[in-house]
Amino acid sequence: MSAHADNIPSSRHPLVSYIARWLLTTNHKEIGTLYLCLSFTLFFIAGAFAMIMRLELFAPGIQFTQPDFYNQLVTMHGLIMVFGVVMPGFVGLANWMIPLMIGAPDMALPRLNNFSFWLLPFAFTLLLSTLFMEGGAPNFGWTFYAPLSTTYGPPSTDFFILGVHMMGISSVAGAINIIVTIINLRAPGMTLMRMPLFVWTWLITAFLLIMVMPVLAGVVTMMLTDRHFGTSFFEASGGGDPVLFQHIFWFFGHPEVYIMILPGFGIASQIIPTFARKRLFGYRSMVYATVLIAVLSFVVWGHHMFTTGMPLFGELFFMYATMLIAVPTAVKVFNWVATMWRGSMTFETPMLFAIAFVMMFTIGGLSGLMLALVPADFQYHDTFFVVAHFHYVLYPGAIFGTMAAVYYWLPKWTGHMYDERLGKIHFWVAAFAVNLTFFPMHFSGLAGMPRRIVDYSVQFADFNMMSSIGAGLLGLTQVLFLYIVVKTIRGGQKATAQVWEGAEGLEWTVPSPAPFHTFETPPVIAAEED
Amino acid sequence: MSVQGTPQGHGKQAALLILLACSMFGFAFALVPLYDVFCELTGINGKTAGPVAVPDMPGPVVDRDVKIQFVAQVGKGLPWEFRPTVSQLSVRPGEMVTTTFYARNRAGTSVTGQAVPSVAPGVAALHLHKIECFCFERQVLAAGEAVEMPVTFYIDADLPEEISTLSLSYSMFRVPDVEPEQVASN
Ligand code: HEM
Ligand SMILES: [Cu+2]
Repeated sequence: MSAHADNIPSSRHPLVSYIARWLLTTNHKEIGTLYLCLSFTLFFIAGAFAMIMRLELFAPGIQFTQPDFYNQLVTMHGLIMVFGVVMPGFVGLANWMIPLMIGAPDMALPRLNNFSFWLLPFAFTLLLSTLFMEGGAPNFGWTFYAPLSTTYGPPSTDFFILGVHMMGISSVAGAINIIVTIINLRAPGMTLMRMPLFVWTWLITAFLLIMVMPVLAGVVTMMLTDRHFGTSFFEASGGGDPVLFQHIFWFFGHPEVYIMILPGFGIASQIIPTFARKRLFGYRSMVYATVLIAVLSFVVWGHHMFTTGMPLFGELFFMYATMLIAVPTAVKVFNWVATMWRGSMTFETPMLFAIAFVMMFTIGGLSGLMLALVPADFQYHDTFFVVAHFHYVLYPGAIFGTMAAVYYWLPKWTGHMYDERLGKIHFWVAAFAVNLTFFPMHFSGLAGMPRRIVDYSVQFADFNMMSSIGAGLLGLTQVLFLYIVVKTIRGGQKATAQVWEGAEGLEWTVPSPAPFHTFETPPVIAAEED
Repeated sequence: MSVQGTPQGHGKQAALLILLACSMFGFAFALVPLYDVFCELTGINGKTAGPVAVPDMPGPVVDRDVKIQFVAQVGKGLPWEFRPTVSQLSVRPGEMVTTTFYARNRAGTSVTGQAVPSVAPGVAALHLHKIECFCFERQVLAAGEAVEMPVTFYIDADLPEEISTLSLSYSMFRVPDVEPEQVASN
């Protein structure tokens, strides 16, 4: 077995060996913890950017930020939330839970795992450092459309490109590791169709990552050569085409949004059966629906480009293809509801988050369907309506999903129960605040408020004030979340191995906290009726 | 200790997956020519094709009015004035039309420009055929020189019914490497 933390020579200074332990660890649980800590830290940083933005938008007029700085905040907020919070958060959960759920002793490629993680702190330090560079940070939005990012990008754009390359390599390496682990290291009897859904959704997500992160790397490489080496991929004067940028970006971008939600689907599919005390309804259809969503996600990218002057045929194709995705998505929603139907449900914090996930993700899906209608999108595109849509799928979707997972598995990780009363307070305040923040954005968007803008016309003032108050509250609740997590790590009521009365699965057969090494000898999965 | 897979097995799978990742990286670049070919076949991004061979002349003139609007833009750093001499014409499909664009070099030295055409709506590009165009070659204007540059084209009879107005726009870009920088500041 590969080197791990406990055989680092103890003759060193304790601080040195502490750092060396985390720097060199190849243990999936420790690496999972590192990913989660990084994700949590960046959540507060990108969240702080959002707070400044909402402060600025609290009232019409320019109060606190100059327009260019505001644009830098928008860009950094988006980039870090997507690549630094949601994705590493899910990878952290995968590292912790996949080996435990399939009965593997560790990830298949532990050193690669260490490498994947440690690229990220450097990538994000680089990205954040652009804020202090001359000419400021990238200011072209997380979608970095050419020519904003090529001809007009600030000098720091090159650091952004390097950062994206590092994140890309990290994600691809992480995804390779996850696939190899799932394919090779399942315990005897753990057939593919017996795998927990979190594992299934991650397997599919990992394939999506391997297919699209290299495309992202390709597009930033083209940007780099356009900026410095005289190519004109996106430069009309040299025979290139800026619209080509959007095609390549969204070819990556739409599968990317599913990368940010599929593991969340997996989490909901773990938690809801536990607290409904019923088996997941329609396991097979869940697997097939996930595969179908992943496949379809490659042919819908054009719905981000309806207003670029696509021909009618293109508009129709992408409109129908997009609406088709709603079908497997609805299958999942119905299955979750059917799992709860007549279950003996209890509403502990993870369950509350999971139910909120299902409900509010569905709201986001519905606004997505509205956006998929070409004539409607001509009006909604680039307004706050789009902002409302993707925040509904990402905040109560991806983020609540991650929080549900943290509450659900925290007792397994720490050996302590979290404070249920505080957890419930966290949930209810967050659920209220998330709606107060993002629901009014539907209305300001429908009324025509453009997105990514520092100032707005007075007619949008009320909706924006509501959003800002909600955002402030939402920010505060996450401080409570931090407190709850820290408190649980430091102590609390001892957790049993099974933790939750209705919990099933291999991860609940190991003691809480999960020991450093688990499943060194593979467990045998009793053949059960399928 | 590995159960079903051996470390060698891991390596082989990892190598396959790395190959997949690399080929997707290549695919991103393959999208560039694919996109051009696709657009050329379907004419969807408004890029017009090159000159039409002379025998390939328009068919009979169709009695239908199509409005064509001309647009001119000057790219960054090009010290030119550039505009259509007429901004709009009413033409019939099949009819040969000639119009001109006016350009004047405001700089104190000779400057070279290249016009990049675009047709909107994109599908109309397939039906707009140019016989002669100043965009087919670079334009060199001496200091202060003014020219009227012709475009000769026809719209074919297959232009979809629902298109009654189309626009032909040119962006004039500076061609950098021909003349040294020496823009008269004015
Ligand atoms: C039923 C499923 C969905 C449909 C039909 C849908 C449809 C759309 C459409 C048509 C747009 C483009 C709007 C515009 O720019 O005019 C859009 C934007 C967006 N969607 Fe969705 N969507 C769905 C699910 C999701 C999910 C699950 C996520 C992420 C977890 C997501 C994230 C986003 C993001 C981030 C954008 C905005 C991108 C940007 O311009 O910055 N969507 N969606
Ligand atoms: Cu999309």
